[in-house]
Amino acid sequence: MAMKFSKKNFTDRTKDNISDDFMRQAVASAQERLHGRRLDAAEELGNWEEWRSHGEEIRQHVLENLDFYLHQLSENVAERGGHVFFAKTAEEASDYVRDVVKKKDGKKVVKSKSMVTEEINLNAVLEEAGCEVIETDLGEYILQVDDHDPPSHIVAPALHKNREQIREVFEGKLDYHKTSKPEELALHAREKLRQEFLDADIGITGCNFAIAETGSISLVTNEGNARLVSALPKTQITVMGMERVVPSFEEFEVLVSLLTRSAVGQKLTSYVTALTGPRDEGDVDGPEEFHLVIVDNGRSEILGTEFQSVLQCIRCAACVNVCPVYRHIGGHSYGSIYSGPIGAVLSPLLGGYDDFKELPFASTLCGACTDACPVKIPLHELLHTHRRIIVEEEGRSPISERLAMKAFGIGAASNPLYSMGSKVASTAMKPLTKNDRISKGPGPLKDWTDLREFPAVGNTRFRDWFYDQKGGK
Amino acid sequence: MKVSLFITCLVDMFYADAGKDMVEVLERQGCELSFPKGQVCCGQPAYNSGYVENSKSAMKNMIKTFENAEYVVTPSGSCATMFKLYPDVFKDDPNWLPRAQELADKTYEFTQFLVNVLQVENVGAKLKGKATYHPSCHMTRLLGASEEPKKLLNQVEGLEMIPLPNAHNCCGFGGTFSVKMGDISEQMVDEKVNSAIVTEADYLIGADCGCLMNIGGRAERVGKPIRVMHIAQVLNSRE
Repeated sequence: MAMKFSKKNFTDRTKDNISDDFMRQAVASAQERLHGRRLDAAEELGNWEEWRSHGEEIRQHVLENLDFYLHQLSENVAERGGHVFFAKTAEEASDYVRDVVKKKDGKKVVKSKSMVTEEINLNAVLEEAGCEVIETDLGEYILQVDDHDPPSHIVAPALHKNREQIREVFEGKLDYHKTSKPEELALHAREKLRQEFLDADIGITGCNFAIAETGSISLVTNEGNARLVSALPKTQITVMGMERVVPSFEEFEVLVSLLTRSAVGQKLTSYVTALTGPRDEGDVDGPEEFHLVIVDNGRSEILGTEFQSVLQCIRCAACVNVCPVYRHIGGHSYGSIYSGPIGAVLSPLLGGYDDFKELPFASTLCGACTDACPVKIPLHELLHTHRRIIVEEEGRSPISERLAMKAFGIGAASNPLYSMGSKVASTAMKPLTKNDRISKGPGPLKDWTDLREFPAVGNTRFRDWFYDQKGGK
Repeated sequence: MKVSLFITCLVDMFYADAGKDMVEVLERQGCELSFPKGQVCCGQPAYNSGYVENSKSAMKNMIKTFENAEYVVTPSGSCATMFKLYPDVFKDDPNWLPRAQELADKTYEFTQFLVNVLQVENVGAKLKGKATYHPSCHMTRLLGASEEPKKLLNQVEGLEMIPLPNAHNCCGFGGTFSVKMGDISEQMVDEKVNSAIVTEADYLIGADCGCLMNIGGRAERVGKPIRVMHIAQVLNSRE
């Protein structure tokens, strides 16, 4: 799946999703569950704001010194016998992985969850080359089995499906005949997947954080699938976004703590794994060959711009889980594998405004995302920055809006003009007003009154009352 | 204490009663009020839509208008937040930056001014009934005024406050968002109205007329029986 997965426009995608009651129920209940858990987990840690500041500081430090840490990381990976490849583009990254797989004569690839491999369209490239690719994260597996349904959430990719829908998918595709109990569904997937792990020649993982000082990569999961992916196949390929590096295990500990608490409200997930290079002599498991693919794909273009802080992201989805817009439109409306507030900031940067220019406007700028972010990315401010660039630098807004805003700039700066305007509006609205409200407005008011009553303009403006009562000052 | 009112467009034109109530509450606390005539709009509609350059003229007008004020008090968390953002807007303009900063520093949202500057929590208000409070996003998150309204409301005699489920979720107003993204806004405001209804409160209280216009306008349209009130109206109730 490439980053963009839908040909429909934003409005149509949104309409489709708003009418999907199952999805909306699933998203709302997940949001409420995760919201409470996250707050509890933050509370329990104590000094949450200090932790956030510390997390922000670490991420900013890394971004300021990214060249140094990436160099250190690659040297250390190589020292431990691993291969490092820097991919400038998505194509370079997926081509490299395909070539490694081909060279190893790989037929079957097992994967643990990784958003960046979605971004570089890896599965399609490998499948085209004749490989069988199996997602082993339960959520990703469900989507893959369901004819490659796109992920709707960066941590819980199948969040939009309820258990009954998952049962139907399994029944139709996996010869499943039991109930929709999560335990039974998971057991069935587990049985199916176990053999795949044993048969696979290649394991592909993502990377939560790479540790520069030791050349290690880390995997944070609750299912343990990433351990099998990295322990059984003879060749392991890890794909990471170039910004996902930390100096040492000391900083790693801080960020993992922020990640698991923010993502799922857990102190730690069931499995936190750090792997360093291929298997050593005497090791009983682990890959014989290890490749680390470091993906740029537009990230270095973000460095040094006013959007740099978006690269602080540790992909916890706390912003997604509190977003009141995501709550109603779900992840698929964004049309990008990166959804929610982080997706609305990141997708236009990585994928361009042509495909994603609506996303920064799909927000009330309520700031819930910024408040929730464990590394203090000012997400709502970045959404606003996109808006400014889209209308002022790119000139992509409708001409009617541009003229209206120009008029606003003149009218709102002058009391005489405002006074005249408000009086004209008051007179013009009178015939439309019934029982102190307007139910059917003309022109720009129509969009409002299609959904809501509009208040009548008062007989006396506040300012007139004040001058009358207190005298103008 | 000398207070200059920044009344906001919505209160000036549509909710003058809330403005009058604010005046009476502040006067009872001994404030000497003025209304600087030149005030128009804080620039937020254009600014939030991305038209930063077009919004600057409105902002400069406000900076000039309130230049001589000692305290600026406004019945809107959102518009107060806009004033607080002026220094960021003019950060590269050495002429306007200090003036923008001065305005930002002396601006208070109404409940913040009562609780933090005047140090009053009980303004002697009486209102019978059950109420729930919607914490507006800009006011709560960006301005940081989350406790002040609650402190004031808890002191209103006869008023029983009931927590609003999922109070932290935005009502779907978002300025031009409410009309540009009507399909989404509709879902958000419907959920907010329904959350208020399940509390069985008589009143939904807020401190921002944009949100109240959205929630109240939708409740009326779909025939849900809840009255929206600006917090100034509640604090000036004497029944």
